[in-house]
Amino acid sequence: MTKIRSSDITPEQVYLSRRKFMTGVGALALLAACGRAAPESEEPPAALPVDPTLAPTEGAVAQTDELGDSFTTFEAITNYNDYYEFSTSKEAVARLAGDFPTRPWTIEVGGLVQKPRIFDIEDILRFDQEERIYRLRCVEAWSMVIPWLGFPLSRLLKEVEPLSSAKYVRFQSFYDPELMPGTLALPQYPWPYVEGLSIAEAMHDLTILSTGLYGKELLPQNGAPLRLVVPWKYGFKSIKAIVKIDLVEEMPASLWMASGYGEYGFWANVNPDVDHRRWSQATERRIGENGRRETLFFNGYADEVASLYPNLDSRDWYY
Amino acid sequence: MRSTLGQQLKDNWLRIAAHVASLAPLVLIVWDLAGGALVVDPVRELTTRTGRAAIALLIASLACTPVHSVFGFKRVMRIRKVLGLYAFLYTTLHFLIFAAWDYGLDFALLWRAIAFQLYVVVGFAAFVILFVLAAISTRQWQKRLGKTWGRIQQAVYLANILAVVHVLWLSKAPDKAIRYGVIIGILLFLRIPPVKKAIVKARKKIVKPAR
Repeated sequence: MTKIRSSDITPEQVYLSRRKFMTGVGALALLAACGRAAPESEEPPAALPVDPTLAPTEGAVAQTDELGDSFTTFEAITNYNDYYEFSTSKEAVARLAGDFPTRPWTIEVGGLVQKPRIFDIEDILRFDQEERIYRLRCVEAWSMVIPWLGFPLSRLLKEVEPLSSAKYVRFQSFYDPELMPGTLALPQYPWPYVEGLSIAEAMHDLTILSTGLYGKELLPQNGAPLRLVVPWKYGFKSIKAIVKIDLVEEMPASLWMASGYGEYGFWANVNPDVDHRRWSQATERRIGENGRRETLFFNGYADEVASLYPNLDSRDWYY
Repeated sequence: MRSTLGQQLKDNWLRIAAHVASLAPLVLIVWDLAGGALVVDPVRELTTRTGRAAIALLIASLACTPVHSVFGFKRVMRIRKVLGLYAFLYTTLHFLIFAAWDYGLDFALLWRAIAFQLYVVVGFAAFVILFVLAAISTRQWQKRLGKTWGRIQQAVYLANILAVVHVLWLSKAPDKAIRYGVIIGILLFLRIPPVKKAIVKARKKIVKPAR
């Protein structure tokens, strides 16, 4: 099915320059300019009428995911955030996270690995960054289409050489109540935020570490400077502001598993036929659209990831 | 004649205040919609706001009788019905946003959404109760039904309880539902006949009825 690989992946610089071309002269000029859209031609020729104040969302040609659905606007992606460390109000996160310091930043990668290492965020940015257009399906039954910037998690893991005893990957978010007022309002949760993947999920090519979106560096409200994106699982699995990655033998307990609220367990793969304890997952509201759309099995990525799960009928994979 | 504007205001201030306060959330919603303040997810925002207004007004309406019995403030009984009708208005808006805007009146999807999500089942039941109560709220119906009318109107207690269960089942944490539940619990407790009688008796001992 869905070919999310090379054809949909655009390096940041090409992406940005293409945007500018399209803004200025439309799709025809884009065709003509394709050959010149190399990194060094980031600035369009002076003759083209380009308005530099235009936001990237205002490109003349709407960009879509592989199913033909348009990107969610940059404004919506950066102003509608579930990030409880700052607030449970989605609209308040952008403001409260505004001053969150994302430099200096280090990510400690260790556990069952041959070469444990502390990566500086600048080291992380040296991995080749590519664009991945993914649907994000929140467990609360809303969704977006987001042009992420990042690289496969597998590339980072290969650098540290996981031992064969490593069965799971445990991720941990930054945590400082002084900088994250939402944690003070929710003392009943076992902070810091923790999430996990099986090693096979972590090594899958669709699983990325993201450093940006819409061709720009991530903003704090979206999990800057480094977050996970696992597009076939409910959004809460895609942990933000990562400071620690450990390879472990036992299945790690996520914050939600440990909270005792009867929320989702470890796997949490998107499935329209397996409902949350309190609401249906059959449909979703795409942010920016009216009405509902049917939720897709594995969020539309079944062809790529279903083989990760033996006995697909087991309800355990989806809760 | 003394039927001046001042006199009218003096006679009706509470009623005017009730209308103004009840309409304020709706005015704010229209204002935000017109001003383009609700861009990212208007459906969720307006569903939440209308729901919150509906519960606040249900509670306000439920509070009238206890306020009368505890403080002897009789005039408050004159706004009980209007508050209840506004609660119904916001419940209707809440349901319309859910059915028409969120689900686009897609009845196959709607049926599943209502019947298989417990929080929607109880919310919908509360809406049906309020619909019936609003439909028979007129003087004619009151006359036609006689004593039965009052008994039917007591179904609003059930609507209040269903509203609390609705909030409890749709929220991640139970704090909001507990807050509503405690308030509604107290207001229901205060109208149990022996409790109410004891309160009225105690008050009359302390102060002579003011009006």
